Amino acid sequence: MSEQKKTGLESDEWDALKAYTDARIALGKTGVSIPLRESLLFRLAHAHAKDAVYSRLNIARLEADLASTGLPMYSVHSQAENRDIYLQRPDLGRLLDELSTKRLQDINSAPADICLIVADGLSATAIHKNAGPVVTLLVEQVRKAGYSLAPIVLVEQGRVAITDAIGELLRPRLAIMLVGERPGLSSFDSMGAYITYAPQPGLTDERRNCLSNIREQGLTHIMAVNKLMYIIQSAFRLQLTGVALKDNGGLLE
Amino acid sequence: MGYSCTIGHFTYRFADLKTVLAKASPLRSGDGLAGLLAESYEERVAAQTALADVPLTQFLNEAIIPYETDDVTRLIIDTHDAAALAPISHFTVGELRDWLLSDNADTDTLRALSPGLTPEMVAAVSKLMRNQELILVAKKIQVVTRFRNTVGLPGHLSVRLQPNHPTDDAKGIAASIIDGLLYGSGDAMIGINPATDSPATTARLLHMLDEVRERFAIPTQNCVLSHITTTLELINHQVPVDLIFQSIAGTQQANASFGVTLPLLQEAYEAGLSLNRGTLGNNLMYFETGQGSALSSGGHHGVDQQTYEVRAYAVARHYNPFLVNSVVGFIGPEYLFDGKQIIRAGLEDHFCGKLMGLPMGMDVCYTNHAQADQDDMDTLLTLLGVAGVNFIMGVPGADDIMLHYQSTSFHDALYLRRVLGLRPAPEFEEWLLRQRIIDNQGNRLSGGLQKQLYAALLPP
Repeated sequence: MSEQKKTGLESDEWDALKAYTDARIALGKTGVSIPLRESLLFRLAHAHAKDAVYSRLNIARLEADLASTGLPMYSVHSQAENRDIYLQRPDLGRLLDELSTKRLQDINSAPADICLIVADGLSATAIHKNAGPVVTLLVEQVRKAGYSLAPIVLVEQGRVAITDAIGELLRPRLAIMLVGERPGLSSFDSMGAYITYAPQPGLTDERRNCLSNIREQGLTHIMAVNKLMYIIQSAFRLQLTGVALKDNGGLLE
Repeated sequence: MGYSCTIGHFTYRFADLKTVLAKASPLRSGDGLAGLLAESYEERVAAQTALADVPLTQFLNEAIIPYETDDVTRLIIDTHDAAALAPISHFTVGELRDWLLSDNADTDTLRALSPGLTPEMVAAVSKLMRNQELILVAKKIQVVTRFRNTVGLPGHLSVRLQPNHPTDDAKGIAASIIDGLLYGSGDAMIGINPATDSPATTARLLHMLDEVRERFAIPTQNCVLSHITTTLELINHQVPVDLIFQSIAGTQQANASFGVTLPLLQEAYEAGLSLNRGTLGNNLMYFETGQGSALSSGGHHGVDQQTYEVRAYAVARHYNPFLVNSVVGFIGPEYLFDGKQIIRAGLEDHFCGKLMGLPMGMDVCYTNHAQADQDDMDTLLTLLGVAGVNFIMGVPGADDIMLHYQSTSFHDALYLRRVLGLRPAPEFEEWLLRQRIIDNQGNRLSGGLQKQLYAALLPP
């Protein structure tokens, strides 16, 4: 074949090093540029991440996924009206809108030990994939341990600290928020869990404990629930969450 | 003094200098989050017009953060070099802008002027400039630094090889280092963001990097980006520390939230100097900054995020850094919403850093929740190359698998060097040639150091 008919694609001799890392190494090149195949793989990963950021919480589906817990569910919305506002105004994502505040005020039940909150965060996709199994397993364990549960709160356009606004109205002793994490190229469906003792407005993030990367290829659902149970029990024993619990607990990563 | 501008029959009045600065800022989401934006397009131009008339000397009389309560303000005022400013001290901000673009402001003049400029003057003039003007003036400025090689010479572009790994796995990191070196990256430094800030991990990685560098006699410098207190502790334990890293910001309060004070930076700088590990020079601090850090870590006090950013450069220049890196798109869309805002901020940061006398490089980057993609990075990367940026990041395939954001790749660096005729740091280029990794046209060769490198780093 003449030179003109060749694409000029060159592979890298050190292809075998890919065994040691998921980093995009040994991509090869054409001229000094990345080969098309690799370029398209990158675009696909970015497309998955973008789609996850703009994915919307499917409340009906979530309610069906959580139905087996037998707990009542209330869906609420933050003050961030849509995704673009949510992305630019994290402060609004931490506050309940008027209708949601009223909805939670109208709940007439005694304060419970634990309130579970499920929020879209930066990836509703992560919630669709992981919230059902984690909540179901967790509710089972929590009940076994003898704790009472508040209604489950489902939040659209919610940030972690909306926990405090919900906590002020429902007054649980402890809140657990499951929230979609910021998608990376290698994981667009990763869920986080934030545990807050005595949630109320004005708390800062060092008062919470956090589990990250909850997904099938990361921290598995069963492992996540085991870690959550450890934190819950430590929190009730110490009557706090956050940096102090992490220091004393020792088992947290 | 009063700050006002009349347009038609309406007079815009601005309460103080920081308000004029904020309202004159090109639109960005972080100033919206802080509630500091101009309320209309017209008000923004009115503020820019008012700002143009402010004499430079006013910046020495009106502190935007009180001298009494903020040690960064004290550093700015107490180290100000009035003699350096003297030749242009009668200028207004607007006259400074015209003069910077003129042929009267050449490389040597700008170097001599730098210590006479406060960050607020520099931020102010940048707000009156278009993107091409930020590029043109930055291109005239040369800031050359030395440790084991020379970075920032005209016609050269260096790369920080960033071989991060989510579990700090030594072989995983080594694999990315080999990939980067063989693509001609790593002359600015080999710099790892550790996944955890444990002293043991940081020490292990520093020893590994030092062995690689020694074994192959690579004329570069290493850094593990742990907190400065960790680095200090490691220096005391004779761990091989080349560059000393720290994230810094433009106020005492924001620096406190990063766990740093000016005396701590001084202590670390002196500890680094005492090691005497640089062979060509003793620039050894490596600072990272980024617009939005003040608001995200404590409050804005009515000051816009870009002015704060330049105040961080006043902190940086006090310690003669080897490299300063604005991590421009990393902070997220609540501070810089989209590609347009990231590109503008990147050019501002590069211009302002250079005018302040800093060896500016940039992490041309974005997160997945920002409205940006690799096309925007190509644009900013190219513009910065034209502007004479000292260094950029080299991340395998532009995908950082530990920090979960997108930056620039080893291929991107080769692209920029090729289209603009730029070369690696001279000592590093000589090493690449000697090892037969590239030829003198910058083309990669086969059969040079490759096999030795991976045989040595990754024993079967």
